[in-house]
Amino acid sequence: MIARLSPNAKTASLAGLLALSMVGLGFAAVPLYDLFCRVTGFGGTTQRYDPVAAAATPQVLSNTMSIRFDANVSPGLPWKFQPEHPTDQVSVGARDMAIFIAENQSAHAITGTASFNVTPTQAGKYFTKIQCFCFTEQKLEPGQQIRMPVLFFVDPAIMDDPDARDIQEITLSYTFHPVEPVDEGKKAS
Amino acid sequence: MTDIAATAPAHGHDHAHDDHDHDTPGFFVRWFMSTNHKDIGTLYLIFAIVAGIVGGAISGMMRLELAHPGIQYLQGWAAFLDPAAGEVQGKHLWNVLITAHGLIMVFFMVMPAMIGGFGNWFVPLMIGAPDMAFPRMNNVSFWLTFVAFVMLLGSSFVPGGSGLGAGTGWTVYAPLSTSGSAGPAVDMAIFSLHLAGAASILGAVNFITTIFNMRAPGMTLHKMPLFVWSILVTAFLLLLALPVLAAAITMLLTDRNFGTTFYDATGGGDPVLYQHLFWFFGHPEVYIMILPGFGIVSQIISTFSRKPVFGYLGMAYAMVAIGVVGFIVWAHHMFTVGMSVNLKMYFTAATMVIAVPTGIKIFSWIATMWGGSISFKTPMVWAMGFIFMFTVGGVTGVVLANAGADTAFHDTYYVVAHFHYVLSLGAVFSLFAGFYYWFPKMSGRMYNEFLGQLHFWVFFIGVNVLFFPQHFLGQQGMPRRYPDYAEAYAYWHLVSSWGYVIMGVGMIFFFLNIGWALFAGKKAADNPWGEGATTLEWTLPSPPPFHQFNELPRIA
Repeated sequence: MIARLSPNAKTASLAGLLALSMVGLGFAAVPLYDLFCRVTGFGGTTQRYDPVAAAATPQVLSNTMSIRFDANVSPGLPWKFQPEHPTDQVSVGARDMAIFIAENQSAHAITGTASFNVTPTQAGKYFTKIQCFCFTEQKLEPGQQIRMPVLFFVDPAIMDDPDARDIQEITLSYTFHPVEPVDEGKKAS
Repeated sequence: MTDIAATAPAHGHDHAHDDHDHDTPGFFVRWFMSTNHKDIGTLYLIFAIVAGIVGGAISGMMRLELAHPGIQYLQGWAAFLDPAAGEVQGKHLWNVLITAHGLIMVFFMVMPAMIGGFGNWFVPLMIGAPDMAFPRMNNVSFWLTFVAFVMLLGSSFVPGGSGLGAGTGWTVYAPLSTSGSAGPAVDMAIFSLHLAGAASILGAVNFITTIFNMRAPGMTLHKMPLFVWSILVTAFLLLLALPVLAAAITMLLTDRNFGTTFYDATGGGDPVLYQHLFWFFGHPEVYIMILPGFGIVSQIISTFSRKPVFGYLGMAYAMVAIGVVGFIVWAHHMFTVGMSVNLKMYFTAATMVIAVPTGIKIFSWIATMWGGSISFKTPMVWAMGFIFMFTVGGVTGVVLANAGADTAFHDTYYVVAHFHYVLSLGAVFSLFAGFYYWFPKMSGRMYNEFLGQLHFWVFFIGVNVLFFPQHFLGQQGMPRRYPDYAEAYAYWHLVSSWGYVIMGVGMIFFFLNIGWALFAGKKAADNPWGEGATTLEWTLPSPPPFHQFNELPRIA
């Protein structure tokens, strides 16, 4: 079909197509960027436990690491949110569980969802979560208090990374945000 | 779409020397419904001059406020727009001013002048084409740009968060531009960018089609004047970069108005994603602004040295290389967002690679002058001023390319000085060079050589006094985008503001010169520059007939 256009129309359509594909690429950047962060641990994005790939993982090393837990709520969310213990010592490779406690201090039910990362950011690639409340939305009735577990381990591969093997202490940080009722939940990460 | 290339020869039915003035349309049709590439080019140039006056006046307001520590004028200016304005609105006005200055100078001064103005005027003339490939689309481009400009100016009068107008900076970073700026001003500014972007994309399609399909017989790609090459590369950059900006700011709009969270961490988005998308557009954009300037300067240096340009192919492909590499260096604008060391190393190295093709260009311009029979006419001194300014700006650019150094210099006046040396001085010097070079061709009148030289020297001294001290301010830690500063910065800020005054005086000579030329200028010959001017536009009368090349020229 394109062969029947005049030379000018052909060149112009090809150029227009190029522009359109760049618009597409612009929007495609959203999922691609998300994927990039999850694969590389960019910006301290933590890893999710993959039972298939992790069959060979649990090799516990003798050295330990200090894990600090940090809990925040975004402005306008009347929740109290804190870790049960602010810090913990774990062996690299060993599974550990931390408890976070959230309490709805308002008079109405509120649904919240947590965003998270770790610092130093190089550790994101090796900080693997087996189970986390941050994967799902949490609904709290007025005055309700819940205890939320996080099950995680530090991948022993961290000892082979020249940029990350000196890390002695990792901070795991959560921030709870209110979920608007209009949110279709189209973007979860 | 009609195929102009095929129908135009039929137009010039009998004699090439026919005066075609009889089909010149009336005033309204000619200037408001124009499909003539020269008329549209003229419209673009007038538009760019008007926008430049507005953007330049805004920078004058900023230099006035910055001349002394403390906030002297902002609140009064804010009260001028809104009598109830207080201190917060005054400070918001500062953000509106820096935003407007940046957007106007980039989208409504440099781009329309370089691409819309000189590109429209001289690409068809230089390749021996009767007009642009799509004359009506050309008209659409201009009027979209016009509406975009009106839209941006209009945004200053509607609420934008803590005061009237969009105060986001030209980068429109989230979350300041999303949750930080309630009110319609930022929406209007974003729409303005959409319109200006659409106009430029249409223009780019037009240029690419014209240059690929409508060259005169014998005008191969490797015989095209370097200005045409520069516009071709620029058009491709526009085509690849602007759609990404359109996508990025569309997501800003939906984040602002429809509850999406592309750039909002509360919903799983990331504001840094906006920065990546913006600079994926933004870095090619700076080459979009400077490449046509490279082309203009190449024509002028060659003309006034009476020599063909040194290393023609190297010059052409250096521009292609700058264009290609320009797409893979964007994150050097955001070294402080928390990238890994490896990523910073890559972006540092890739950025420095650009110095190689740029160095080829600087070298070839100097080599063109070397041994040439140089005449220091006004366009030539502007072109040489360009080479000097651009080299200074390029050197500080190599400094800033280092992620380590940039971590300290990020968002300081050192960066401001750097990009004003390459743009405000580089791009603007090449614009003035082109304006003086082609003014006789466009208007049929000679400008006044003395006023032109005076304009150059006063302007040259003014802008250096204005911008060079900003390197010192930046190294001392003065952050950009602030209306107030500590006493320690007062000295160089005052010097810088006086530099603005000198530059402003220089501009008076420019406008005097235009007026003088139009009313009292000598009639310009077909080729006022002598044997050095070898491109096709100098074979035509000055000004060229309404329709040219009814019989296509043949290039040996």
